[in-house]
Amino acid sequence: MKRRDFIKSAGALVVGFSLADHGAKAQFGSAPIPGSPDNRQLDTWIAIASDGTVTAYSGKEELGQGISTAQQQLVAEELCVRFDRVHLIYCDTALTPDQSYTSGSQSHPANFNHANLAQACATAREALIAMAAQKLGVPAEKLTASDGIISGNGKKIAYGKLIGGRKLNLTIDPNAKRRDPKEWKVLGKPVGRPDMAAMATGRFEYVHNLRLPGMLHGRVVRPPVVGAKVVSVDESSVKDLAGVVKVVVRNNFVGVVAEKPWQAIQAAEKLKVVWSRGTALPKQSEFHDLTRSQPSRDTLLVDSGDTQSALSGAAVILKTTYEHPYQMHGSVGSSCAVADVQGEKATLYSPTQGVWYQKTTGAMILGLKPENVHVIFRRGSGCYGLNGADTVSYDALVLSQAVGKPVRVQLSRRDEMAWENYGNAWTIDERAGLDAQGNILAWEHEAWSPSLGNRPGPSTPGNLVTGMLLGFEPARFSPGPARPPRAYSNNSNGVPSYVAGRVGGADQGTGTVRSERVLVHNVVSPFWTGPLRSPARLQNTFAHESFMDELAAHAKADPVAYRLRHLRSERVIGVLKAATQAARWDARPSPKPGNPQTGVVTGRGVACVAYEGENGYTGIVVEAAVDQDSGKVMVKRMWVGIDAGPISNPDGLRNQAEGGALQGMSRALGEEVTWDDEKITSVDWRTYHSLPLGFEIPSVECVLVNRPDEKATGAGETSITVVAAAIGNAIFDVTGVRIRRIPFTAERVRAALRERE
Amino acid sequence: MSITLKVNGRIHTLDLDPSTPLLYALSDDLDLRGPKFGCGLGQCGACTAIVNGAAVRTCITPVRAAVGKDIVTLEGLGSPEKPHPIQQAFIDEQAAQCGFCLSGVILTAKAFIDKNPKATDAEMQAALSGVLCRCFTHTRMHAAIRRYRKAVSR
Repeated sequence: MKRRDFIKSAGALVVGFSLADHGAKAQFGSAPIPGSPDNRQLDTWIAIASDGTVTAYSGKEELGQGISTAQQQLVAEELCVRFDRVHLIYCDTALTPDQSYTSGSQSHPANFNHANLAQACATAREALIAMAAQKLGVPAEKLTASDGIISGNGKKIAYGKLIGGRKLNLTIDPNAKRRDPKEWKVLGKPVGRPDMAAMATGRFEYVHNLRLPGMLHGRVVRPPVVGAKVVSVDESSVKDLAGVVKVVVRNNFVGVVAEKPWQAIQAAEKLKVVWSRGTALPKQSEFHDLTRSQPSRDTLLVDSGDTQSALSGAAVILKTTYEHPYQMHGSVGSSCAVADVQGEKATLYSPTQGVWYQKTTGAMILGLKPENVHVIFRRGSGCYGLNGADTVSYDALVLSQAVGKPVRVQLSRRDEMAWENYGNAWTIDERAGLDAQGNILAWEHEAWSPSLGNRPGPSTPGNLVTGMLLGFEPARFSPGPARPPRAYSNNSNGVPSYVAGRVGGADQGTGTVRSERVLVHNVVSPFWTGPLRSPARLQNTFAHESFMDELAAHAKADPVAYRLRHLRSERVIGVLKAATQAARWDARPSPKPGNPQTGVVTGRGVACVAYEGENGYTGIVVEAAVDQDSGKVMVKRMWVGIDAGPISNPDGLRNQAEGGALQGMSRALGEEVTWDDEKITSVDWRTYHSLPLGFEIPSVECVLVNRPDEKATGAGETSITVVAAAIGNAIFDVTGVRIRRIPFTAERVRAALRERE
Repeated sequence: MSITLKVNGRIHTLDLDPSTPLLYALSDDLDLRGPKFGCGLGQCGACTAIVNGAAVRTCITPVRAAVGKDIVTLEGLGSPEKPHPIQQAFIDEQAAQCGFCLSGVILTAKAFIDKNPKATDAEMQAALSGVLCRCFTHTRMHAAIRRYRKAVSR
C-alpha cells in the first residue's frame, strides 16, 4: 500500500515535541534518519478514512510481546473508536515514523505517555471535536465522542464526515488531554491478541513464509572457525548440482543462490572453500579471570569518594565475585529475510528491530543511496534482542544484488548460534562493609564485561558478522580511564537498589547507603555481542541481589526485611511486598535452619529491581527444591510482583511477566555459550541447553501493581531480570551453599555441595 | 521424480528428489505456513506435521517416507473462522507470544492426547520433552493442552 503524502504542508499552530526512546537515544543520538517523516506532525501517526476507520502508524513493532494489541487499544481509547476499527501499521520506512529501535522495554514508555502515538491520538480527538463544534454549531464542551461519532445537544457527526481521507495538518499538542484512566473502556482491559487465531491455525505470514514472484533462495557459508578468512572458493564444486544459480564471494562473505531452499542448503554444504586458520581463543575455564587483565574503557556510575574510609571503619567487610556467561538469543526459528535488489533500488523484508537503521546500513552494504532502500518489517521468530535478524538481512541484500532477483535467506541452526551477537559475559566483584548491627555502611561494585560489535545503528554494519565479512569494521574500541560521574543514570542497573545514587548533589537512586562506588570496565570480546533481553541489567542484578542476600545472611536478618531496611523507593518496595505477600513469605534468616544435608529439600529466595533505575519494577519470590544428591535444582513456584505504571493490557502484561520468569529460569539453570580453542561449540539444542516444553513447569503467579497516575514504563524485560538471583538465593536457603556462577547446573551445584561436606 | 502426497485431505503430485526432507515439500512446494524450519536437526519441533496420526519432525523425514500417508499440518486442523478444539484452547488461553513454535506444540500435543486422552500431567510433559518455545509461554500452553485433554476425555 502507498501512504498519501500527509506531511508536506502543516498548519502548525502548536509547538510539537517528541519524547524519544531514551535507551536508543543514549546509544545513537536523537537525530532521526533523513527522509523519515516528521514525528511532530499528527498525520505521521493518524489517518482517518471516510468510513471512519482509523489507520495508526507506529515505529514500535510487534515481536510477539503483544505491543501491537496494546497500541491498537491505545488508539481506540484515545480516539473513542471501536478496537476493530483501528488498523495499525508499524515499522515500514515508506509509511511510519522513525522511533529508532523496538527494544529495551521502551515501547510502552515511548508511545503510552504524553508524547508520540498517545499524544497524537489525544490531539486528533480534540481537533475533531473542535471541528465538530464549528460544523454543528454546538460548543465543544457540550460534545462527546463515542464509537467514532461526535454528538451533543441532539446533533451528531461521524469522524469520516468531518475529516475522512483528508490530512489533519496539525502538530502534536503537548497539552491535549489524555483520557482519564478511570474512564477507559478499551485500554487497561485484557483484550485478546488479534493475531492469535492466525498463529494457532498456521495462517500467519512470518517473514519465513513470504514468497515473492521469481524469488530465489540463498544460503551463506560462514567461516568454520573464529577469525578465518577466505583463501579460495572452488565454484566448480557445485556447478553440477540441480538448481544452483550463483556462487557469491565478496571479501570474506561467501554464499550461494539456488532455485529452491533445499538446493541452496545442499550447495552451501558441498561448496569447497579454503579458509585461513583462525585466531586462537582464550580458554573458557580461565575466561573470567582473563577479562580483568584486558585493556579497558572505564565508566564510573556513582562515586561518593569515601568508600575506602567507610569500609575501614566497618565491623565486617564482605567481598565476593559473581560470574555470568555469554548467553544467546537462540530464536526457535533461525533468522530469515527476503530482499529484492533491482539496479539502484532495494526492498528489504526484515524481522529487524530497527528498520530505519537497516535502511542506512543496508544502503552502505549495497553501495546505494539510503533513499532508494525501502525496509519493511515482517515478523520473525521471537528475538529477545539482537538475534540473527539484522545480519541475515544483510545476507539477503548481498545475494539479491548479486543475482538481481528477490532472494530469501534463512540461516542454518549452526550459523545462527555460532555467529549471533551474544548477551555479554560479566565478571562482577561486590564489596560491602557492615556496622555492628548489620547495617550496610558502604557498597562497592566493580565489573568487567567484554563486547564486540552491537546493533549497527545508523552507520556501523561491521557490528554484525555479515558486515565484518564484507569488510566493514565494528565500532572502534578505545580504552580509557573513567571520569567522575556528572549525571546520574542507572540504565544498566550497575548501581545496586540499596545505595543512594548521589550524583550532582542529589540522591537519585532507590536506596539509602550513602557510601557508594560503581566502576565498570568494558573490554574487547572474542565473540560478537549485543543486547539480549535485559542486557547488563540482568547480570548486574544477579550480582546485586545475590550479594544483598549474602549480606542479610551475615547480619542474620530476614532477606526481605533487610532489603526494606535499605530501600527508599515506594515503587520497589511496592513490588517486593506484592510478591512476598502473595507468596506468604516465611520471614526468617537464610539458610533454613535444620535442613537435612541429603535428599530433596525445599526453600525460598527473593529478589527485586527498579529496571534501568526507573523504567519498570519487579519483585520475585521463588520456591525451589534442591536434590542434594544429584545437585538438580527444581523451581516449584514463582510469585512475581510487577509495576509498569498504568496497566495497558493486564493479560499482555501477565504473559510478558510469566514468559520472562520462565525464560529467566532457563537462563539461570542451563544456558551457556561454550567454545574450544578455535570455535563456538554450542551450536544446536543438544549443546545449548534451553528448558523444553516438557520440563516440570513451576506455577507462576503474577501480582499486577496498577499505577494509573504514574508514567507508563517498560514491562517486557523486567521479570527476567530478577530470576537468577532469586533462584540462587533459594539454593542458599535450602543448602547453605552459595553458587556465584550462572548457570546453576546440577554438576555445579553438586560440586559445591560436596565442598560443603 | 514424481512424488504424490496427501496433505490436509488433498492429493498433490510434485517433482522432487525423494531424499528431500518433507518440510520443503510442505513449506516451499505447497506454500504451507504451518510447518517451519527451526533447526533442521529434529531438535525443536517447529517443522512438525501429523503423519498417519503420529507427530513427525518433517525436517529430518525424507519425502519418500511420507508417500501414501495422511499428512496433516497446523492449517489442516482448522481455520481462524473454525479452529480445531485444540487450536481454540490455545486462542482461549492466549497461549503464544511470537507463535513460531506452535506447529510443534499443538500438533505434538494433539497426536499424544488423541491417543492418550487420560494422560497424566507428567505423561503430557514427557510427550512434550523435545518441543521448544523460546518465548517460554509454557504455563499457558500447558493450560491449553489440559483444556483440550479435558474436552477429549469427556
